Amino acid sequence: MADTLFTVVLILAKLALIFGVVLFMAAYLVLAERKILGRMQLRYGPNRVGPFGLMQPLADVIKLLTKEDFLPARADKWLFLVAPGITAVTALLVFAVVPFGPTIEVFGRTIPAAVVDLNVGVLYFLGVSSMAVYGVVLGGWASCSKYSLLGSVRGLSQMVSYELSLGLSLVPVIMMARSFSLHDIVMAQASVPFLLLNPVACFVFLICILAESNRIPFDLPEAENELVGGFHTEYSGMRFGLFFVGEYINLVVLGSLMTVFFLGGWHGPWLPPVVWFLIKVLMVCGLFIWIRACLPRLRYDQLMNLGWKVLLPVSLLNILVTGAVLLGLGL
Amino acid sequence: MTATLIFYLLGAVALVTTALAIIQRNPVYAVIYLVKSIFALALIFYLLGAPLVAALQVIVYAGAIMVLFLFVIMMLEITPVSARKSSAPGWLSWTPVVLVALVLAVMTLLLIGLDPVAEQGIPRWHATPRDFGYALFNEYALAVKIISFQLSFAAVGAFHIGLTERRRARMEKDS
Repeated sequence: MADTLFTVVLILAKLALIFGVVLFMAAYLVLAERKILGRMQLRYGPNRVGPFGLMQPLADVIKLLTKEDFLPARADKWLFLVAPGITAVTALLVFAVVPFGPTIEVFGRTIPAAVVDLNVGVLYFLGVSSMAVYGVVLGGWASCSKYSLLGSVRGLSQMVSYELSLGLSLVPVIMMARSFSLHDIVMAQASVPFLLLNPVACFVFLICILAESNRIPFDLPEAENELVGGFHTEYSGMRFGLFFVGEYINLVVLGSLMTVFFLGGWHGPWLPPVVWFLIKVLMVCGLFIWIRACLPRLRYDQLMNLGWKVLLPVSLLNILVTGAVLLGLGL
Repeated sequence: MTATLIFYLLGAVALVTTALAIIQRNPVYAVIYLVKSIFALALIFYLLGAPLVAALQVIVYAGAIMVLFLFVIMMLEITPVSARKSSAPGWLSWTPVVLVALVLAVMTLLLIGLDPVAEQGIPRWHATPRDFGYALFNEYALAVKIISFQLSFAAVGAFHIGLTERRRARMEKDS
């Protein structure tokens, strides 16, 4: 009985910790993005609220919470209200399997530093992240607006094209680690990160998660200057905020997955493991922001061509080559 | 005991959501109910000790096929069927439903009554991805190969149908 209670308390504690840290990071990533983008475009970025504008996320939350929650007249009420939640929740759910440190000993029990260490962790990530598109699609459809619907259809076709390469780019990782568990995958990179062993898979994965997070150069579902706001055109107040925060939670989550799959997770010299993990995640997020500052948006046919004619064959070939090399080395 | 309870709960959810998916007039709602039903099924697989099948169920059916359905529905802009009067007499519209429900009830009763395995409850074993892989590529290797052949035939067929007239003419001239 005490054992069960301990497990439950432990899981709740880990959930609270991850929830807090991820939401905090998401809020400050928004600020960091605005600051960095500002500097790259020779502007200051937000610097009015608090010292160096550090209280800006708080001000944004208060603004969003106090705004009117608007419901379009012909909207499908129920789906319209639920859709932003789907986006934010699926992004948070993925974090349940991400290991952010080595197993630790507490009261004589070994505890993985993730909410759960599933033996199908990689597939859990793929499954939950493929659910995220439902938030975008149902939100856009339920708004009953042409811009929103166009954004949704774009989001759908983008997801269909990139989900496949995303899954296939992870197959070499699973082959090299010989496990679906994220903890085992990090342990397999104790000496050399998979980024160096299989740079092609890493590159394909990076492009696919860029598409997955609906950011420039793949932000066609939103595309401010042609579709107003894409799927979230009709949203206001905190519901828009949920879509917005969901995108940044997704950024943190995808950054941590990049770290786990290719950058060696928490492994690194001198510093404590959790710090290394955090540094790597922030580096990936920084790369995302940098890319946003540098690249224009892809045209729609370019996006489809890239997905189906380049990424898919490359990731399939990469699986073949990785398999051949592993066989040849007798691993 | 708890597992059995959860099993029946999930089973009920799967049945109800599937029924709702059938009777919805709005195709988008039908897809959403079907996704819920697929989730319930995936959880049942997980409960029965097959996490890999559960994950694949969600990725392939809820994450890919249903998304494709939704895509087609949105592209074709199917308007909800508003209370369309059918020309068939009244009894013809509900007789099939009653018949199917009767068959289902009888089969369920027979399964519960005659199946000796049913009394043992849910088996407590767990198939790891490794076990699953060994079973799939050793015991069922032939079936896997046949299915892959079929899929590649289908891919070639889809390619042929998808060719535009001009490209087909050009390819024939080349050959």
